[in-house]
Amino acid sequence: MDELILVKYGEIILKGLNRPLFENKLIRNIKTSLKDLGKIKVTRAQATIYIEPMDKMIQISQMIERLKKIFGIVSISRVAKVEKDMECIKKQAVEYLLPTLTHHKTFKVETKRADKRFPLKSPEISREVGGYILSKISHLKVDVHTPDIIVNIEVRDTSAYVYTEKIPGVGGMPTGTNGKATLLLSGGIDSPVAGWMIAKRGVELEAVHFFSPPYTSERAKDKVIELTKVLVSYCGKINLHIVPFTDIQMEIYEKCPDDQLTLIMRRLMMKIAEKIGLKNNSNALITGESLGQVASQTIQSLGVTNAAVKLPVFRPLIGMDKDEIVAIARKIETFDISILPYEDCCTIFVPKHPKTKPQLDKLLASESHVDVDGMVNKAVNETELIEITQ
Amino acid sequence: MPKEIYLDNSATTKPYEEVVSEMVKMLTKNYGNPSSLHKKGIDAEREIKKSRETIAKALNIKTNELFFTSGGTEANNIAIRGVALANKRRGNHLITSVIEHPSVLNTFAYLEKEGFNVSYIKVDKNGIIDLEQLKQEIREDTILVSIMHVNNEVGSIQPIKEVRQMIDFRKSQAILHVDAIQSFGKIIFTPKELGVDLLSISAHKLHGPKGVGALFVRKGILIEPIIYGGSQELNMRSGTENVPGIVGFGKAVELTFADLPNIIAKMNKLKDNLRKGIVEKIENAFVNGQADSQSAPHILNISFPGIRAEVLLHALESEGIFVSTGAACSSNKPSPSHVLSEMGIDSKCIEGAIRFSVSSFNSEEDIEHCIQQLPVIVKQLKKYVRR
Repeated sequence: MDELILVKYGEIILKGLNRPLFENKLIRNIKTSLKDLGKIKVTRAQATIYIEPMDKMIQISQMIERLKKIFGIVSISRVAKVEKDMECIKKQAVEYLLPTLTHHKTFKVETKRADKRFPLKSPEISREVGGYILSKISHLKVDVHTPDIIVNIEVRDTSAYVYTEKIPGVGGMPTGTNGKATLLLSGGIDSPVAGWMIAKRGVELEAVHFFSPPYTSERAKDKVIELTKVLVSYCGKINLHIVPFTDIQMEIYEKCPDDQLTLIMRRLMMKIAEKIGLKNNSNALITGESLGQVASQTIQSLGVTNAAVKLPVFRPLIGMDKDEIVAIARKIETFDISILPYEDCCTIFVPKHPKTKPQLDKLLASESHVDVDGMVNKAVNETELIEITQ
Repeated sequence: MPKEIYLDNSATTKPYEEVVSEMVKMLTKNYGNPSSLHKKGIDAEREIKKSRETIAKALNIKTNELFFTSGGTEANNIAIRGVALANKRRGNHLITSVIEHPSVLNTFAYLEKEGFNVSYIKVDKNGIIDLEQLKQEIREDTILVSIMHVNNEVGSIQPIKEVRQMIDFRKSQAILHVDAIQSFGKIIFTPKELGVDLLSISAHKLHGPKGVGALFVRKGILIEPIIYGGSQELNMRSGTENVPGIVGFGKAVELTFADLPNIIAKMNKLKDNLRKGIVEKIENAFVNGQADSQSAPHILNISFPGIRAEVLLHALESEGIFVSTGAACSSNKPSPSHVLSEMGIDSKCIEGAIRFSVSSFNSEEDIEHCIQQLPVIVKQLKKYVRR
């Protein structure tokens, strides 16, 4: 009896003529993610992707771990492939599921008959298989309303499949089907979550990190690389741009008023990110801002930072509370890295009483004391690129 | 890249080249398990024996009083937990100081949870323990006193001899453990002349390898192991011996002790030059805890109030100069140094405290370069203090 994996995808099915585009991309992403495990056959039929290891050494559980992180997948099932014949289905269902079924008290059988030429109808198949299971495993009882376990039978084109478990996938859209965006990645809790949420919608990511030695340490840089690696485990590949930012901070500190420091700094970060984003064909910027979280994230502050750039700025966390963000950070496994205490010592550049209701014209007046374009260009030119792949 | 000037020798030291080559030999040729009955095993066992003899000689102790461990932390753990456990029937009271290394403080915190009573001896502004308080704290049921020899953050030397005298004066049966990890190879002493019952040392603080240390246990001291297994190290520390590490340790001790008075004199001179240079050239630089004849030859702790030590550290790093803020083991957590707080130093000075620690590998030019660079960097950073 061969074991393989059935993968179901959600939203893509609703796409019209473009559907094959999405499906093919998803299959390519699956193949790339599993490539190093060995020879694996990936095929598609009737809105299902079949993933079959061609080598006995490949562990199905390891494949499933990877698939759980691929955007576009809604559910993953580990299944046994059986011959499309009632006797085979019954016998092999019991043989394959015996170890699992013995741990449960009640069950029911659910059947999907995708191949309408199969002589028995779905309820009839369920009844027959259910009866056979009852006759073989004496302690089991049928419970159609709240069973401990559901035995799934799918009768498809070439074979039938038997399984009990549907592991939820991460959902979303296949990476690479929705353009590219540049993420401002700080190393805190929020920005990796923001990047993940946009990547989930099929968007390829580039990441920009601002580095301020000696006020931030090499360890802070390592931390951002670690965070990027976690994001890469979902979306394949990320170019991480490390921007030297100390000179800019000092210049602003010397020439601009205290209470505007953070916002002018934020505006420059946006400008630099936009410039890097445009160079790598990004269609948008992503930030981890959440409305009202800090002084630079009031509705007015967001207005003035937004005005620094022309690219659309995605802020997927805008309406979320901190604990909601933390819950996602834990789920996607960035949280433990984000809370590592290699915090920056940039606090000297943080004003004690920052503006919460800034006015754009006043910021622009202050910015006229510094060479914004020159500083942006210099920072972009001195940016270090780190390619992070799986 | 600027020339590398390593002034963080209290965190760890660069191994002697001879140490490395001896270790490579043990890994490539002499790789047997000392417990094996065949020649390969015997060869390895003989090398361990040689190391044990070298180190025992340096400490003027018997070879069967020295047990190899996985490092200083483990030596401290075995000493403190092992003695507390084995002497529980005699009493429930333990004494240590407030400026110990985390491997000691956290072990005592664990024992407190286990029901032991622990008294913590305070220190003065120079980081020296209060003997008067010690006198008061010693009780009939005191079973262990554990005091470090040299403090790892400020280099203060603790009056161990006087601690022994105090224990004897109070007619106490308390066992005396000394964490000598920062003093072994930096100060000339033997456990016997100090009256010490247990003593922890570590290899990588004197140009040996990481991952190996040792515990001296005076014959007759009641102690129980905390790790069980194949009864290696006379059952004090089970587990297949770290042969390359132990051999490297032996070599490092051999080389250091062959020339110890000169090494100490050199470190003292380097440290004094550094201190004078900094204090002369930088106003508002304060030396922490350097009482005359009570400070180790290699550690110099200086506060630059108004500057965040971590920023200064990274700025020095970009000039190739490697130093430390407080203790290396605690700089992953940005908590203020417990040692400096206990010495009563004000928070501005604690925030700006840098530890320079020299070794005989440093040259006078290293120190000169550091003295040249520091004022420039400090001046630059002072421009950007929080407004």
